[in-house]
Amino acid sequence: MSISLSPWIWISALLSLAVFSFLYKDNPFYRFAEHLFIGVANGYAVTFYYHNILVPTLFDPLFRQGKLLYIIPFIIGILYFTRFIPKISWLVRIPIGITIGYYVGASIPATTQAFIIKQIQGTVLTSTNFQAWNAGSWGIVWSVIVFIGVLCSLSYFYFSKEHKGVLGVTSRIGIVFIMIGFGAAFGYTVMARISLLIGRLQFLLGDWLGII
Amino acid sequence: MKRTFPLFLVFIFGILGIIPFIIPHPIVQNLDESIRNDILKILVAFALVLGLGSLLKVHMDKIKRKRENWQYSWILIISFLVSSIIGLFGGVAGAGPLPTSIGSFHFDIQTLYENIFMPLGATMFALLAFYMASASYRAFRARSFEATLLLITAFIIMIGIIPLGDKISPHLPSFAQWIMTVPNVAGQRGILLGVALGIIATSLKIILGIERSWLGGGE
Repeated sequence: MSISLSPWIWISALLSLAVFSFLYKDNPFYRFAEHLFIGVANGYAVTFYYHNILVPTLFDPLFRQGKLLYIIPFIIGILYFTRFIPKISWLVRIPIGITIGYYVGASIPATTQAFIIKQIQGTVLTSTNFQAWNAGSWGIVWSVIVFIGVLCSLSYFYFSKEHKGVLGVTSRIGIVFIMIGFGAAFGYTVMARISLLIGRLQFLLGDWLGII
Repeated sequence: MKRTFPLFLVFIFGILGIIPFIIPHPIVQNLDESIRNDILKILVAFALVLGLGSLLKVHMDKIKRKRENWQYSWILIISFLVSSIIGLFGGVAGAGPLPTSIGSFHFDIQTLYENIFMPLGATMFALLAFYMASASYRAFRARSFEATLLLITAFIIMIGIIPLGDKISPHLPSFAQWIMTVPNVAGQRGILLGVALGIIATSLKIILGIERSWLGGGE
């Protein structure tokens, strides 16, 4: 393999090096890359929202198909810009209120379903859960560990009573499980970043310089 | 009026968000679909424009007042405007009225995304590997039993999911997998249940108008 002649590969490589230069110290190359990143990211967001949401959901139905009902969300959306007019800036609360209200309302049953009912279903000691591990009789042991772990972890977050006696013991066990959870999450996150780093090095040494 | 009407809207739309999960009637489901797919999508798109307006305002102000590193704000504004113009008028894959290629050199928005946004984003996140390593060295020194446990777990997971782990011991990858599926699940599930209860409580507070910080300051 030989060094790339593609201008875009060169641009990507030089920008990657500009970001890596931050490892030495903050410098103009890094700042240039950082600001360019934010600018292009927002330019892409504008394009995405315009072509994929505003045109098919609002402009086409309203201006091409003549569905006048769409004037309502259009006007409510326009109210966002009253933020820049101090006298009527309170009107910005209308679109914010509608958006927050709906998403917050929808999150109640969705959270209950996904994060409470399903999680409890997966925790209780039932034969279905024992078999789900595909670990034979060990499945019962793993299920009991998870059951105890969840109860103890929850007891750690119970602050209405001093952590003494039984609650002291369960919260102490709970913190063990929580720390294992944090450790696993941390380990996985680090490995994900390392994986990205390997990807960038492969790009620089392979696609760009053609060394590997 | 300035505060009561938005609070009333939050309450009404909050109830409208809950109802479709309880009433599976087609009229309710269609109304929900219309709110979700038409009204809210449009409002979120307008919110993005507002956000971008604020971003540009901040950087224009930085340039105007010649604050520290103001020159870089020009980079942001120019790159934003150029990529927006290319994206809006050049189309998603160069199908718009604005030409997005000179000979074999393409510069449509998808090309900008793949050759500027993606490498910069990936490199910035890759950079965090170094900072996480140095920060964790300083923060996680095994000063207590809990910190030691966190460190050991992270170490086992990191070693267990790479080929080296299998070379050290053939049991290491399966032990790492066991940690992920048994004690990790128990701990994460405990946290998740607490978070879920927190989300529900906060959502109810917003719908009922007890939590009003989203209204912002002023009248």
